[in-house]
Amino acid sequence: MASLTEVRWHGRGGQGAKTASYILAVAAAEQGHLVQAFPEYGAERRGAPMKSYVRISDKPIRLRSGVPEPGIVVVLDSSLIGTENVAVGVPENGIILINGTMDAAEVKKRMGVPDSVKVGVVDATTIANEAIGRPIPNTPMLGALAKVSDIVTLEAAKAALRKTLGKKLSPAVLEGNNKAVDRAYEEVKLA
Amino acid sequence: MPETKPMEGNHAVAEAMRQINPDVMAAYPITPSTEIVQTFSSFVANGLVDTNFVVVESEHSAMSACTAAAVAGGRVMNATSSQGLALMWEILYITASLRAPVILTVVNRALSGNINIHCDHSDSYGARDTGWLQIFGENVQEGYDNLIQAVRIGEALDVRLPVMNCLDGFLVSHSYELLQVEDDQAVKDFVGPYQAVNPLLDLSNPISVGPLDLWDYYFEHKRSQLDAYGPAKEAIIEVGKEFGKTFGREYGLFEEFMLEDAEYAVIALGSAAGTAKDAVEALRADGMKAGLLKLRAYRPFPAVEIAAALKGKKAVAIFDRAASYGADSFPLFSEVTSGLYTAGQLIPAVNILYGLGGREIIPDQIISVFRTLPSVAATGQPVDPVQYVGVRE
Repeated sequence: MASLTEVRWHGRGGQGAKTASYILAVAAAEQGHLVQAFPEYGAERRGAPMKSYVRISDKPIRLRSGVPEPGIVVVLDSSLIGTENVAVGVPENGIILINGTMDAAEVKKRMGVPDSVKVGVVDATTIANEAIGRPIPNTPMLGALAKVSDIVTLEAAKAALRKTLGKKLSPAVLEGNNKAVDRAYEEVKLA
Repeated sequence: MPETKPMEGNHAVAEAMRQINPDVMAAYPITPSTEIVQTFSSFVANGLVDTNFVVVESEHSAMSACTAAAVAGGRVMNATSSQGLALMWEILYITASLRAPVILTVVNRALSGNINIHCDHSDSYGARDTGWLQIFGENVQEGYDNLIQAVRIGEALDVRLPVMNCLDGFLVSHSYELLQVEDDQAVKDFVGPYQAVNPLLDLSNPISVGPLDLWDYYFEHKRSQLDAYGPAKEAIIEVGKEFGKTFGREYGLFEEFMLEDAEYAVIALGSAAGTAKDAVEALRADGMKAGLLKLRAYRPFPAVEIAAALKGKKAVAIFDRAASYGADSFPLFSEVTSGLYTAGQLIPAVNILYGLGGREIIPDQIISVFRTLPSVAATGQPVDPVQYVGVRE
């Protein structure tokens, strides 16, 4: 892993981008890194586009601004691809992970990113619906992230999930989340 | 046991409050400080603290209840932002005048209009002259640490003043960072028990509080209040040192970051100081002797100490995150340069207005400001020192 990894999440209010950022930060902290995770709100309303950021570093993180050049972008709602440039600032060796049903190669072409950028697509909403019973795509995306990047392992993602949501969720719902993380890890398609 | 874990700024403040276990909290929630009130009220409901949580109908009532509870003899806390602090304004003066050491976490947010929920320092600046102490933090850890220290500072016998623990809205309040949560008992031992001086509820020694005070004595009372701010400065230094000995993180009136041998310096409050540190390091790597003075105590204002720390600098840029409408320059600039003038140090200085209503500030913008300082040093004090960073013209 690079000395500083920056992740930008694109989602809509209520999809859990903030929670997913937090769980990712907890997972990275469990792996011994320093972390910072913060949302960028407009007016805090459900359904409105929002961004959330995670910085993972081995040096103290003092920077307070957003992430203009994220090594990793996670898109929780593929309808955002048409309305904003989710790929902006992603470097040539970057990763873009999308919750959707489209073909990874096709969406890569549509976004106009260089071929060297890794694009992953996983149907996290369907996975969440089937495994958890609610269309909240944030936790399965952590499983997909474990597959396509080296910032978090599958085990660390699940441990962080347990640590952060274990007390809030019933054992059955937590188990559903775990299954969703595993399924997304298996099902993510890369281009 | 002390524990390091990722925690959001608002939760870190609520956590410190849980450990301190104040007698009274009277609050009316407002974005972006809502979660402090919400989280702490769950601690109350779950019996983790003994605090009497007073549900009120406005911030004016909240501060009225807090002030009354503190005068009665309790250790009292509260949290607010923006319009909430503005609505408390009338009572803020009374809290300080009655020497009631209420602790208020101010999660800094712009003032209306237009309506904006994001960070700037208009709310704290607006309460600058109320008599409250104001301590600004850069990050989540400092929000937690400063709250614990604020108890000791405000309650010091020669101080006895209310304290605002100021934190940048969203930028810090909603940021998850690794927080060193100290041991519950260690925090309780550090703040110690509270014994109010002349509490109203000491029925064997009855007193009157807040009576009519006209031309014959009001001035003397204000004069004696003014005497408390020198000791407040000392208390900030001493409590900061003791906090360092106890928990390993020492604090002072301000933090000097690569400042001692710097030729050019930036002065800032709050979270922008963190971003400025990255800018300073980048400039140092590039050969410029850049430095930062991160101000922590805005009230009492350490004018003499700042002037001493800036001695010999070739030029400085003073960053304000709130305007003073109709003034030639903005509050932090006016006070720092006034201190420099009084100390006989005429260092050319520019005033940067930035970040209003949550407008982002990035390292490159601070670097650009530093890059202008050599020419400011060469040409001398600009007649109009104000520059705007990050605004569309």
